[in-house]
Amino acid sequence: MIEIKNVRKSYGELEVIKGINLTIKKGEVLCLIGGSGSGKSTLLQCINGLEPIQSGEIIVDNTKVHDPKTDLNQLRQKLGIVFQQYNAFPHMTALENVALAPRLVKKIPKREALELARQHLDYVGLGNRADMRPASLSGGQQQRLAIARALAMQPSYMLFDEVTSALDPELVGEVLDTIRKLKKTGMTLVMVTHDISFARESADRVAFFDNGLICELGDARQVVNNPKEERTKQFLQRVLN
Amino acid sequence: MQIQLPYSGLQWSDIPFLLTGIYHTLLLTVITVVLGTLLGIFIGWARESSKYPRIMFGPLIDVVRSIPLIIQFILVNSFFAMAGFPASPLVIGGVVLSIYMGVLTSELVRAGLRSVRPELKKASRSLGLTYWQELFHVSGPLAFRAVFPGWVGTVIGVTKDTALVSVVGYVELLRASQILINRSNEALLVLAGTGLFYFIICYPISRYSRSLEKVLKHD
Repeated sequence: MIEIKNVRKSYGELEVIKGINLTIKKGEVLCLIGGSGSGKSTLLQCINGLEPIQSGEIIVDNTKVHDPKTDLNQLRQKLGIVFQQYNAFPHMTALENVALAPRLVKKIPKREALELARQHLDYVGLGNRADMRPASLSGGQQQRLAIARALAMQPSYMLFDEVTSALDPELVGEVLDTIRKLKKTGMTLVMVTHDISFARESADRVAFFDNGLICELGDARQVVNNPKEERTKQFLQRVLN
Repeated sequence: MQIQLPYSGLQWSDIPFLLTGIYHTLLLTVITVVLGTLLGIFIGWARESSKYPRIMFGPLIDVVRSIPLIIQFILVNSFFAMAGFPASPLVIGGVVLSIYMGVLTSELVRAGLRSVRPELKKASRSLGLTYWQELFHVSGPLAFRAVFPGWVGTVIGVTKDTALVSVVGYVELLRASQILINRSNEALLVLAGTGLFYFIICYPISRYSRSLEKVLKHD
């Protein structure tokens, strides 16, 4: 379970998260939607400690993320994250990309790590691309590679930060299919997305962010089809038309 | 009264003398490249990683880069002598050239580390890699690829700069040939031969680096 309690976060003078409370249950799929600058991506990066917070706390499975005593490298093994930019390591093959963290962080022997990596590449449908470098992969393939790389650490939660926003429209489907497949396994997914129809179809709950606060949170179909808040209505109207 | 200068032509027995010169050039080059590169990696990394080293090393870099090497050799040599620790020309040359190479390399290292997208570091850390694991397996190798050609250029430059250490009495290849020219008056022949030797030393470096670059080139 991820508990977010009254979290505030600023970049210098600019407060981007203004007191957010949110509990993410094990096994649920939660989509975060909202305009750019509304704080949803920042919140995602706070959850695994990539960004510091100014007040409040985030607790992942009873571990306080921003407690100085917390071993972040240990905690991050639980939290896989995939970014908008693919961020594949350009000097390694797809297989090496996936095997790196299991080898270094979990100290799995090289041979087993490569075997594990191969399984995860197969899982995202890149089994036949194992020896290629990211530069020779398409955007969608690189994004699936990033998913495989995060999955190889066998996390309990997967965080997706606008993973389809940088992709050509025809490549979006293959990445979403991979996420749907992941959903079926019962993995907890937290997704920042601009894809409202995907959120309606796949998420259990949707949170609408506005100006650093959660404006509306509820059942995915309800929030998207019958939003209660005026701001949510306006946003959805802008996005869907 | 006539003064008889001890001129005599080039002899086979001059070859060991020239070989010693070549050995001295190579010795100083190897010392400089190893120490200079290590120093450069450290300074470059330190300046890129935190604020105080960035400010602290700034003046050193400006001074070392801006003062002609010959002056540096003479000043450092005099400094050692005045401080009561007269050092051999090899030590003077090694110290000055290593710092010089270190300074040039540190700027390359900085540029290399900056060329790595911050998102790649974030992605590495998000997988649970520690700072050092990220540096050794991701940022470091990528920075190395970016600045490798520039580093080879620096190595070749420093190889030729070893000739300047002759001002503090180091008899390396160029100084050895000057001594031979003074005695034999065969300036053209000796200088052409010496130039050829520098070429023979430097050319393999650039050839080898070019083939290595091809291997490294992935992105």
